[in-house]
Amino acid sequence: MFSNLASRLADTFKRLRGMGKLTEADVDRALREVRLSLLEADVNFHVVRDFIKKVRERAVGQEVMASLTPGQQVVKIVYEELTRLMGSTKSGLNLSGNPPAVIMLVGLQGSGKTTTAAKLGLHLRKSGRSVMLAACDTYRPAAQDQLARVGEKAGIPTYGVGVAKDPVAIAREAVVEARRLGKDTLIVDTAGRLHVDEVLMDELSRMKQAVNPKEVLLVCDAMTGQDAVNLAQAFSEQLGIDGVILTKLDGDARGGAALSLRAVTGRPVKYVGVGEKLEALEPFHPDRMAGRILGMGDVLTLIERAEETFNAEQARKMEQKLRKQQFTLEDFLEQLKHIKRMGPLDQILGMIPGFSGNRALSKVDVDPKELIRIEAIINSMTRQERENPAIINGSRRKRIAAGSGTRVQDVNKLLRQYSEITKMMKQLSSVEKNLKRGKFPFM
Amino acid sequence: MAQNYFSRLLEGLSRTREAISGVFIGRQVLDASFLLDLEEALILSDVGHETTEVLINKLKQRARPGMNLKALVREEIAGLLNQQPWRIELPPDALAVILVVGVNGTGKTTSAGKMAHLFRVEGRKPLLAAADTFRAAAGEQLEIWAKRAGVDCVRHREGADPAAVVFDAISAARHRGADLVIADTAGRLHTKTNLMEELRKIRRVVEREVPGAPNETLLVLDATTGQNGLAQAEVFQQMLNITGIVLTKMDGTAKGGVVLAIAHKMGLPVKLVGVGEKLEDLLYFDPHAFAESLVQ
Repeated sequence: MFSNLASRLADTFKRLRGMGKLTEADVDRALREVRLSLLEADVNFHVVRDFIKKVRERAVGQEVMASLTPGQQVVKIVYEELTRLMGSTKSGLNLSGNPPAVIMLVGLQGSGKTTTAAKLGLHLRKSGRSVMLAACDTYRPAAQDQLARVGEKAGIPTYGVGVAKDPVAIAREAVVEARRLGKDTLIVDTAGRLHVDEVLMDELSRMKQAVNPKEVLLVCDAMTGQDAVNLAQAFSEQLGIDGVILTKLDGDARGGAALSLRAVTGRPVKYVGVGEKLEALEPFHPDRMAGRILGMGDVLTLIERAEETFNAEQARKMEQKLRKQQFTLEDFLEQLKHIKRMGPLDQILGMIPGFSGNRALSKVDVDPKELIRIEAIINSMTRQERENPAIINGSRRKRIAAGSGTRVQDVNKLLRQYSEITKMMKQLSSVEKNLKRGKFPFM
Repeated sequence: MAQNYFSRLLEGLSRTREAISGVFIGRQVLDASFLLDLEEALILSDVGHETTEVLINKLKQRARPGMNLKALVREEIAGLLNQQPWRIELPPDALAVILVVGVNGTGKTTSAGKMAHLFRVEGRKPLLAAADTFRAAAGEQLEIWAKRAGVDCVRHREGADPAAVVFDAISAARHRGADLVIADTAGRLHTKTNLMEELRKIRRVVEREVPGAPNETLLVLDATTGQNGLAQAEVFQQMLNITGIVLTKMDGTAKGGVVLAIAHKMGLPVKLVGVGEKLEDLLYFDPHAFAESLVQ
């Protein structure tokens, strides 16, 4: 498998960092790597070309040559251009006006419209809106049942289940029904269709005319390749879209589509789908995404998630321990429990700066069962051992392994990971300081 | 059928063909700008830069003045795709099992339904197993396909153990005289270790219950997928030993070029292609026809 974009770029810039002054050839060598990384990440060929051109123009100019730290300067330019390419500020939904505000979800087959309808519904319901879903996918077998069922899980009613008539008519009736029930938001789930299917594209146009949506959102799979640009262009030209929802971003797809879509359509990515649970929909932050791609980590999202899970008191205690570097295995166990509540471990780890570039750590198994095993191992230690892991010798290791039903190797592995993590904690606190000074964490 | 196959594949691939063959108009000289155009066309077809480089290097080595460059590229592409067995071979007189796996939204359920039709027409007696017990209404969806294809379908309620569904489907097949179980599994991202383990469990049950099975473990890959398709193929291969690829949604503008990268890196064949929404829109993959239609 390819190493991901973040670590590739980190590698490139590590090489660049070591140099005192940048020649044109140095910049070109680095940018060639950036180009290949972006292509591997499925950023559109033409978007990459423009991007590289822009960065090069800025990088080999006075700006860099005059700078004392040229490497840092190039990273800054790449980061800035990347953020700009994805749209500089985060953009939400516009649902003002006469209720119900209608949101239409459109896209190819299998991009995740039905699941996203329920996720978005839940998200809006939690923010105080009263939501209804409209099941206008009359083509795919059982699609309406699927929507009704995920809707039910989200606590949202669905209109149109079992209705076999024209999808445009269902949508129109759903608006009337939503108004009658006093709903202020209606999310219309439509059938997946190819952007070259004229009949179905025309159906969407008619539906748009009939229900006058506040937002038409294109749902796009993050794994989409070069074709992302074609479909986004077709949907935005033939139908007109107001934004994009990028789904399945919890995999290892590098999400080059996110970079291309905005550049080609001029429309922002508004939300990203990051998991199978209905809560796994997040607002899209272009700056954070750029930072993540560049290996700077998604510190802000991490902090937000942590804030939802930890209370302030716990956080303060933990911070003190970290500062004094008294982080014991007991705390480690405590943290594991919190982390489990924060979401899938692989996602959390991806947000930590320097993590995607750290070879040893990127091999850490993120199997949730592993957490249970780790818990068992720590629970089999004496209090003394947890406070001071250094005392755990060979015979203690044997006893712990037997007590937790694991092997000595597992105990060793855990102790190694613990020492890696304490090392990383130290890094993290220096990252924090650097961020305050406006430095990039991997410089 | 052959004519039909070719014309439908051509129809589906027409956009790719336009993109790639556009390069060749009025050119017979292998110069730098020719190679740049070829690179662009291949990358825009999701072939990926590494495999593109391999193809271009081979072309550089073999090209001589006066040669037909189109035919040469076509030959190289077919060569990449043709280095492996691409037929689906099932035992003629015994129960066979096909596992259908892949990430979310690639078209597994639809492909399983179409496959049931394909093999029924060929004279087998398929039975569908609704082992996607996770996605809401996936079982209902497969059942509707089963009706369309005129085959039986075994399903449990939502949230049931998918391995148990497959187990039951195998016993049902034995009782009802069916000779092919096609198991539709839940979509899962290849990065989710626990869900991949669940698939291995299904596979173990199949291995235990039917000697020599699963006869095919097919990865369903969306033609719109970019380079992540390679990561998907690698992880599914490692975990489940997949035997081939079903390339779906070839009727859009997507190029499906990532299968070239997969064939090049892993030697994994494409076995079936989905070219439309109808029951009969699943065809055997033919590497020569594919190469032919890429570079006309």
